[in-house]
Amino acid sequence: MDAGIVVVGAGQAACQLVASLRQLGYAGALTVVGAESHLPYQRPPLSKGCLQGSTVLADILLRSASFYESIRCQLLLGRRVEALDIARKVVRLDDGQVLPYEQLVLATGARARRWPGLPEGPLPVFTLRTWDDALALGERLAQVRRLAVLGAGYVGLEVAASATRRGVEVSVFEGAPRVMQRSVGAQTSALVERLHKQHGVQLHLGATIHAVDVAGAAAQDAVQLDTAAGCFGADGLVVGIGAEPRTELAKQAGLLCGHAIRIDASCRTSNPDVFAIGDCAEQALQADAEPTRLESVQNAIDQGKCAAAALTGKPLPPAPVPWFWSDQFGHRIQVAGRPAPNDDAVLRSTPEKPFAQAVWYLRDNRVVAVEAVDAPEDFMAARQLIRTAQCIDRARLANPDVALRSLITPP
Amino acid sequence: MPTIHFLTPDGQAIDLQAQDGLSVMEVAVASNVPGIDADCGGACACATCHVYIDESWADRLPAKTELEIKMLEFAAMVEPTSRLSCRLVVGPDTDGLVMRIPASQH
Repeated sequence: MDAGIVVVGAGQAACQLVASLRQLGYAGALTVVGAESHLPYQRPPLSKGCLQGSTVLADILLRSASFYESIRCQLLLGRRVEALDIARKVVRLDDGQVLPYEQLVLATGARARRWPGLPEGPLPVFTLRTWDDALALGERLAQVRRLAVLGAGYVGLEVAASATRRGVEVSVFEGAPRVMQRSVGAQTSALVERLHKQHGVQLHLGATIHAVDVAGAAAQDAVQLDTAAGCFGADGLVVGIGAEPRTELAKQAGLLCGHAIRIDASCRTSNPDVFAIGDCAEQALQADAEPTRLESVQNAIDQGKCAAAALTGKPLPPAPVPWFWSDQFGHRIQVAGRPAPNDDAVLRSTPEKPFAQAVWYLRDNRVVAVEAVDAPEDFMAARQLIRTAQCIDRARLANPDVALRSLITPP
Repeated sequence: MPTIHFLTPDGQAIDLQAQDGLSVMEVAVASNVPGIDADCGGACACATCHVYIDESWADRLPAKTELEIKMLEFAAMVEPTSRLSCRLVVGPDTDGLVMRIPASQH
């Protein structure tokens, strides 16, 4: 049997890759090695519905077991790749099994960044990356009274919203002066902050944490945060301070890495037979641009498709417009494009809808990004205009009485 | 089991037996039907499961919700019978449903 394509990692990117490979006519062997024992599943619901306690794993599987059989894709789950030998073109698994490959795809993802100095062991301290993490946190939420969240990014805020809805008192601590600073502009942050405050979330922005002390899991106020503004006790702690790409295999094999595994426009690493996709990879979005690592479903899917095209010798798909979404307190945030600090932010909002708005970002009057809260039509319209780099009339855009339709289709 | 008929952009017909209660998007994804991307997994956040319902079926399906209308309003290559297949639930009433898949979801 031919060695075929071996995929390391079994998340969203890996699942898309194998599906796309078969759609594009790849007929060789296909093997996916995944460290988690579960079938590939969707991660976005982990911080949303899963924490409400009503979701089972089957609800969020990307595909059923029979799907992988039907596309002749072998899944080796609960197995880890321990070593990559690019000279011999083999990977070695944790049980010593050696798998040869013709082409290898690293889809190793990222791990939640931990708060330094916390002791090991069963603690009322959680990160959120996997189904098992969500299960453990969901169970804890049934018991805690006060939850502290470190980090006001997508994960921290979605956890805060989900926990609040379960009746837990939530305090969020963030070093930056505003929420989601890495992901959105000031006007969107301001709306999201209003939303959380309205639902009773305590936001501690610009917070300095000197120390985190943790007693046993059972103790009340087991977590003590020593902050510049005083001490704070909680009986559960969620650390949502970002994720680190899993680059160990790539680095050990000598593949070019920056902060993540460096890939070209076809998702190929510095070795021609090794590709990398998803959260573990960094790629220049345009020629000459700095390599960027995008942690998103969209990026995982589009890089999975791109690598599948490269592996089958098909034309690469056009460069996608990055996009993200988040659900908090029943409101939907949708972001498309990547604004730069000097872009012109144009707000579209109406007083009748205090929790809905869209911030459009223009560069030389061309649409480059949008942040929409409960404004799906702005998100969809902007996504098209970003793709075509279309010019738009700034004054009319800023006027909420001017319909979007008349803005984007010239009269 | 209801049968759902898909027509790919290059004219290939794909007929699938669909389980009641699943969305049409889920049926397509489970059979690796090309062209229905469903990036958001059915949260109605992305409009990449866009399909064109056959005209004979367009009036026989439940009306669009406000969210589906807004997501479709500025989606790529929209036509009068466009729907998001994550919003269409398979049941006895959808047996024989016919739809075309757009050339691109972008």
